[in-house]
Amino acid sequence: MHTNTPELRDKTIYGVVAEFDQPSKLVAAGRVVHHEHGYTKLDAISPFPVHGIDDAIGVPRSILGYIIFCCGSIGFISVASLIYWAGGISYKLVIGGKPLFAWEPSIPPIFEGTILFSAFAAVFGMFAINKLPQFYHPVFNYERFGVATDDRYLLVVEASDPKFDIVDTQRLLESLGAKHTEVVEA
Amino acid sequence: MADLAVRNDPHVRPRLVEGDPSLHQVTEAVSSIIETRTPYSWWIAIAITASIAGVLKLCLGWLVYNGIGVWGNNQPIAWAWDITNFVFWIGIGHAGTLISAILFLFRQKWRTSINRFAEAMTLFAVACAGIFPLFHTGRPWRAYWLFPVPNTDLYMWPNFRSPLVWDVFAVSTYATVSALFWYVGLVPDLATIRDRAKTKGRKIAYGVLSLGWRGSARHWRNYEMAYLVLAGISTPLVLSVHSVVSFDFAASLLPGWHTTIFPPYFVAGAIFSGFAMVVTLMVVARWVFKVEHLVTMKHLENMNKIMLATGTVVGYAYASEFFIAWYSGNPYEKFTFLNRAFGPYWWAYTLMVSCNVISPQFFWFKKLRTSIPFMFVISLVVNVGMWFERFVIIGTSLHRDFMPSAWGYYHPTIIDMLTFFGTFGLFLTLFLLFLRFLPMIAVSEVKGMMATQKMHDAHLEAVAQAVEH
Repeated sequence: MHTNTPELRDKTIYGVVAEFDQPSKLVAAGRVVHHEHGYTKLDAISPFPVHGIDDAIGVPRSILGYIIFCCGSIGFISVASLIYWAGGISYKLVIGGKPLFAWEPSIPPIFEGTILFSAFAAVFGMFAINKLPQFYHPVFNYERFGVATDDRYLLVVEASDPKFDIVDTQRLLESLGAKHTEVVEA
Repeated sequence: MADLAVRNDPHVRPRLVEGDPSLHQVTEAVSSIIETRTPYSWWIAIAITASIAGVLKLCLGWLVYNGIGVWGNNQPIAWAWDITNFVFWIGIGHAGTLISAILFLFRQKWRTSINRFAEAMTLFAVACAGIFPLFHTGRPWRAYWLFPVPNTDLYMWPNFRSPLVWDVFAVSTYATVSALFWYVGLVPDLATIRDRAKTKGRKIAYGVLSLGWRGSARHWRNYEMAYLVLAGISTPLVLSVHSVVSFDFAASLLPGWHTTIFPPYFVAGAIFSGFAMVVTLMVVARWVFKVEHLVTMKHLENMNKIMLATGTVVGYAYASEFFIAWYSGNPYEKFTFLNRAFGPYWWAYTLMVSCNVISPQFFWFKKLRTSIPFMFVISLVVNVGMWFERFVIIGTSLHRDFMPSAWGYYHPTIIDMLTFFGTFGLFLTLFLLFLRFLPMIAVSEVKGMMATQKMHDAHLEAVAQAVEH
């Protein structure tokens, strides 16, 4: 059914999905495909983060940390300026002869503001970089996709890869110990 | 019995998942809880808890209709059960964040089985806590005045020098960040439930909730970074929340409140009470839902050890307060503490010390800290004790301060009691809904932990074989 048939070739092909039953096999196969055969348009789907997969298939480091740092700094500056504005400019209120603005009592709200902005950046930044919510993705067309959120590990080679060949790629993945391979439509 | 021998051998680390199940069996064990037909017992349980939550609703409605006078608060005890209950519930929440954030940073792998559960507890406890200051304002629809929002009916800003304003910032940030952290952890598991869903309704509901998560390596990379940062910022956050709560008292000039020991003392107490609540709920839940192989005796024992440690810290804080009261030479301070232990509230003080200081000491004995009925009873006792701790701090310091002509004694009204009782209904109702609709154990984290352990075992085996040859 899901082999290299002529009618499948006419449709837009997203890529080949190979299913592995061990995380170590996924990493090993990914390494061969990426480092030895030079494929670059790769992805791995797993029910939990598999260690070593990023180097194996060439996933770059997350940039999320920088985003969080920037947003955290914005939080810090915003709450500090809010307090300065409220007590020092907008409504000058002398309490017990104390200065209109001081750092010491402002630290708790500024700290909480920094944390709040950072947390929003961490969560929504992560969703944004991951392009979530995204309710359709070609990889969901893999017939047995449900196993990838249970106990199987998928290696995806996209058709847009310059080295992609519908026959050779599938054979390569099978030779690397894949339990099941399938051509997936876009 | 070999299993028992291994368990009692201090050199062998007990397995965090018992019976060596496959990853699929773990998915099955957790997911099936929310996929099977709703059991009758659940309907009965939620009918009871929702009725109790209804009592809360009636009490709050009555309060709004009549005013704060329906509570027993009055001079000199202007802060009474409401603030006691607020601090009590906020404290309960702290264990959840400790488990999800601090134990994560310390790479304590045993947290994976209990973190989802404890985080849910945090959220629901904070929701219960928020009710009290909100309704103590008397006009909860004006609660936004607490936030620095420019508005047309109050031409002022909040006083940022006040710990009460810090508290608004701390608690609202805490509630928000806890909810975000919890949701992030849930997304991969919701995707698992989505992929297992049989009916269209479930497919849509869990599909939307899981945002189309597909477990791509590129996703996991950012996910792990987000999780690490959330753990990193939640750690100082959780410590700051109860510190700020303690500033509500410590920044006043009242004897018994005005001490520098309050922030660490409150934080230790919060973790202590929170773990007691996790044990109370977990002992029941793991038995009802048959996940004893995922939440093992090792998990319960570790939590009991944390209760022992934090309970002892709390005991030390009680002793230290007394010492400082004497050592400071401040007659008011000294009187407050003598009055706390031997005055009209001696019964509350005695109850507090026996529940919080004495009862956790039983956990020095392995036999007792690994006995389910025993730890269940102790966890309840600790919860009672920690409620009384907050009451003792608030009530006894206020009821006799500087001027004897202004002394008094606090009597709670029936509305006070029913409101507090009602929050348990709300808490348990939310918990039952959580257990019914969301995976109670962080499946993807447990699976990740098991895979790491398996790799570690394989490595050890390889080393052992290499040594043999």
